[in-house]
This record gives sequence, structure tokens and C-alpha cells, in this order.
Amino acid sequence: MRKIWLNPGFWLVLAIVVALGAWPIFQQDAAARETGFTVLLAIVMASSLNIVMGYTGYVSFGHVVFYGIGGYIGMYFIDSLGLPLPVAVLFGGLSSALLAFLLGKAILRLRGAYFALATIGVNEAARTFVANFQPFGAATGIELQFSVYKAYGGALQALWLVYYGVVGIAIFSVIFSYYIKTSKFGLGLMTIREDEDAAEVIGIVTPNAKTWAYVLSAILPGMLGVLFFFKNGNVEPGDAFRLGFSIESLVMIMLGGQGTVLGPVLGALGYQRLRGTLLTSDLMIGSLPLKDFQLVISGFLMLLIILFIPSGLVGWLRQRFATLRRVLA
Amino acid sequence: MNFSNLLTSLVDGLLIGVVYGIAAMGLNLIWGVMRVINLAHGVIIALGMFGVYLFFSTLGLNPYLALLLVAVLGLLLGVLIYFIVIARVINAPYLSTLLATFSINMIILGLGTAAFTTTPRDSGFSLGNVDLGPLTLQGTRLVAALVTILVTGALYYFLYRTRPGKYIRAVANNRAAAELMGIPSDRILALSFGIGTMLAAIAGGLIATFFSFTILSGDIYQQKSFVIGVLGGLGNPLGALLGGLILGVLEGILPLAMPNTWVPVIEFLLFIIILLVKPSGLLGGRQ
Repeated sequence: MRKIWLNPGFWLVLAIVVALGAWPIFQQDAAARETGFTVLLAIVMASSLNIVMGYTGYVSFGHVVFYGIGGYIGMYFIDSLGLPLPVAVLFGGLSSALLAFLLGKAILRLRGAYFALATIGVNEAARTFVANFQPFGAATGIELQFSVYKAYGGALQALWLVYYGVVGIAIFSVIFSYYIKTSKFGLGLMTIREDEDAAEVIGIVTPNAKTWAYVLSAILPGMLGVLFFFKNGNVEPGDAFRLGFSIESLVMIMLGGQGTVLGPVLGALGYQRLRGTLLTSDLMIGSLPLKDFQLVISGFLMLLIILFIPSGLVGWLRQRFATLRRVLA
Repeated sequence: MNFSNLLTSLVDGLLIGVVYGIAAMGLNLIWGVMRVINLAHGVIIALGMFGVYLFFSTLGLNPYLALLLVAVLGLLLGVLIYFIVIARVINAPYLSTLLATFSINMIILGLGTAAFTTTPRDSGFSLGNVDLGPLTLQGTRLVAALVTILVTGALYYFLYRTRPGKYIRAVANNRAAAELMGIPSDRILALSFGIGTMLAAIAGGLIATFFSFTILSGDIYQQKSFVIGVLGGLGNPLGALLGGLILGVLEGILPLAMPNTWVPVIEFLLFIIILLVKPSGLLGGRQ
């Protein structure tokens, strides 16, 4: 039995996520909670995508599909069948996992850029299909009755309840991510990343390993989707399947360092802080406010990282300082 | 639904389809020569739209003259992007090139949104209608299709009959061998990328003569280019034209049989199926 609790790197990443999650709870502050929501969502999306992209080496532009499908299924269960939230969250995760399993069987045969293109296709197909699918409200989506929140002690109480759920999932996601990375299964995934043919030769059943990696990466986004759309009170195709959200997750992973546990967490935190700062800034460039240039600055920053530090912050630190390799997972 | 309706939809679809085809041709050329999927393709299509629109509406230039200028600017922009960004990541894993071109997309989109906002624009240009027997066709669309065919012909002449064109094909075929034969591969790659973006800009400029658009419109046409590129076979310029025609016909005919909003669903399903069944495309050889 591997003793992951003896590794300082595990405690470091866990401490960061717990501290981020607990801060708004101690403050009991609504604004801090909203920031917490976006940061924790980013952490879960980046960490789970990292299982496919960082560990296995398959770049997916369609990660948000799992968030969207899970969210839609959960909202449908709450709105039409009147199921309680925890059950809906569970079903959201399960349906995302099932979708990932079926998709994985089909498109994980494609390698490299072909896989990346196929995931864009899957995302757009899902978005346009749901926008036409009557049981899910077609283009207008699903809107919850306000009375739904009564069962959870009113809207305000429900928000905090959802927040606790999100914190729980975020903490679980980093433990999960660490556990996979240090498991034999994870080693198999990283072998596939380095050389898929060689992995096959040394006895890794690559189609199964890839499919399971894909399924495991899909569960948590599916559960989060339900929590977030429940919190918002409605879900629309454009929000649920926003391609840009997948790509933002990719950027976060690149920022922090792909294939590491800490990287996606730091990347998510850094990206969201930067975005928040830019969007609320009062600075002016000429006659235009700085926030109009949020996209330009993010793009420029990303370009610099890809051109000059392709292994991301954590990867760079690990290469630069050998002693940090023990601590930074 | 009568026959003349069907015929009009079909021909309209074909005319639009070739214009889509030329955008996809640029994407295909870039993929074929340097194995880069250019995620900044859409935003360059949008720049082409704004180029023609601005030359026409502010300087009063004839749109087709403006198109010529836009094509030259598109070529220069592509060469510039190649030397600043692509050249540095061309040998890196494909994730780097995907994200690098995506960051270019973000930068141009951000600047474009700041400069032009996202209000829809319309060039308001018209060449009247042309009657051909039972058909009534928009003049601008007819001219756009003609321009496309002209550009395709020119591209083929360039690739097969001129020395730089042959260099491009040699580099696409085997870069190391081409370098050993003394071909300056860096400059040839820059030229290929430039031609790719030039085709995107031309497609955008043509679309601007008959559709309204915003700086965000490029995305839709980029996704159509992916579908078309995969249909015809990534890396195969002529396949792009065929793919464009197929997509155009689907867009012309399908709305007669089902609600308009279902068309993209069919398109993307087709895209995934082709990727799975025959990733080399309809015209591609066996892998």
C-alpha cells in the first residue's frame, strides 16, 4: 500500500484547496463565496481535464460537454421529476461518466490533432442538439421554479449548501488526482503519453486505460454542472456547452504545469485572479477601459508561456530546483 | 415545395458552398504543409470581412478591388504570424501549436472587439438579381462563386506550375528531404501559412458582400472549415472545394425538410462520423 499521506506534496496541494474553500465559510461573506465558486469550479475542471491531457497526453477541447450534460440531466431530474439535489448531482455525474464511456470507445481511437478536432465536433454537436431537444427546453433551456429552493431552507441557505458541495468536490478532486497519478493505473496513462505503441508492447491495454481515464475525468465536471445550474436557477445550451470554457481549462493547466497535481490548482487560481482583476480594473488605455483588453492580455500571456515556459509554473520550478521535486507533486 | 424552390435552394447552396470551400482550403493547406491546425483561422476570416467592409464603406472602394487589398494584407499578416509565433512552436508537440494559434485568436479577437464592438455590420452592397430561367440568384453570390473558382484555379497553377509552388509541395511531402535539396524551408513554410491566411481573408471578404457579420462571426465559419476540411481530407486543397460543395448543398436542401436549427446538428454529426470512419477524408487515400 502506497502511503500518499506521507508525501508533503500531497498535503501542500490539499492545504491550498482546503484554505481556498474554507475562507468564505469563515468570512460568511457572499462576495467571497461567489469568488470561491468560480475558483473552485476552475480547479475541478482543470484537475479533471489534467487526467486526460496531462497524464494521458490527449488534448480535449470538449471537456465542458461533461459539465453541460451532467448539468442538464440533473436539472431535468430536479425540475421535471422533483428529485432532491444530492440524487440529481449523483445522476449528473453518472450520466457524464456514461457519455464519456461511449464517446471514449469511439473517438479515443483517434490520435493527436484528430482527437482534438473530434472533441470540438462533439461539443458543437451536443450544443446544437440540446438547443433543439424539446424535453430539455430547446433553445431557452430549463428554468427552476423559485419554490424548489424552499426544500433547502430558502434560496440563501441553498446557496451555502451548494457551496459546501462544491468545496467537497474540489477537495475530493485533488485527492483523486493525486491518487491516480501515483497509482499503477496512472503510471500506465503516463506511459501512453510518452509512447502509445511502446505502452501497448509492455502490456498496457491502451484502449481500456484511455477510456477509463476519460470516464474518470468526466464524473466530477458532471456533478459540478448540476450544482452550478441549480445555483443559477436556469441552464441554457450556450452556457452549458461553451467551448471557451474548455479552452480556459486548457490554459489553466498550461499555466500551472500539465501532468502535475499542483499545477492545475495554481493555474486555475492564477487565471481566475488575473481575470477578476482585469475585469474589475478601473485603469484606462487611451480612451478605452482596461477590461476591454482582458482577452488580449490573457491571449498574450498564454502565448508567452507556450513559447518560453511550455512546462508551466510547477514544471519550471521542478526543472529549475531539484530539491523542490520532492515537495511539488 | 415546388421544383423551382428546390432548384434555387440547391444552387444557392452550391454558390455559398464554394466560398466556404475556399476558407477550408486555407486551413487544409496549412495542415498539409506544416501539420498545424490553425485555430486563428476564424478570426482572420472575420478580419477579411471587416477589411472589405471598411474599404467599401469608409473609402468607397469597390468591394472586389478591396478584396484584392485584403488578400495582400491577409498574406502579409500570415507571414508575420508565422515568423513571430508558428516558427517557434512548429517542432513542438501539437498541443503547443493548437494553443499558440488559439492565443493569436484571443489577441486578435480582443483587439477587434475593442475596436469594432460586437454590433452586427452589413456592407449594404448589392449587384441586383440575375434571372436564369426558373432561377433568381443574387448577383453578389454569383460573383463570389466565380471569384472563388478563379482563386482556386490560380492556387492550383501556383502549386503545380511555379517554382515556389513546387517548393511548397516538396516541403509538405518531406521537409527534411526538401531542405537537403536546398529549399529554404523556413521561408516556404512562412509563404504557405501566408497563403492559408490569405484564403481565409478572401473568404471573409466575399462573405461580407452578402451576409451581415460581427467580429465574432469568424467562429462559425472556422467550424464550417473544420467540417469541410475533414470531409474532403485534411491537407487536400481540392478536397476542400468538394467538401464545401457538400456542406453548401446540405445547407441549401436540409432547411426545406426540417427546422433550420437542426442543420448544424447534422453537420457536426457528419463531421464526427467522417473522422471516425475515414479520417483521411472522402478524397483521401488509405492510411
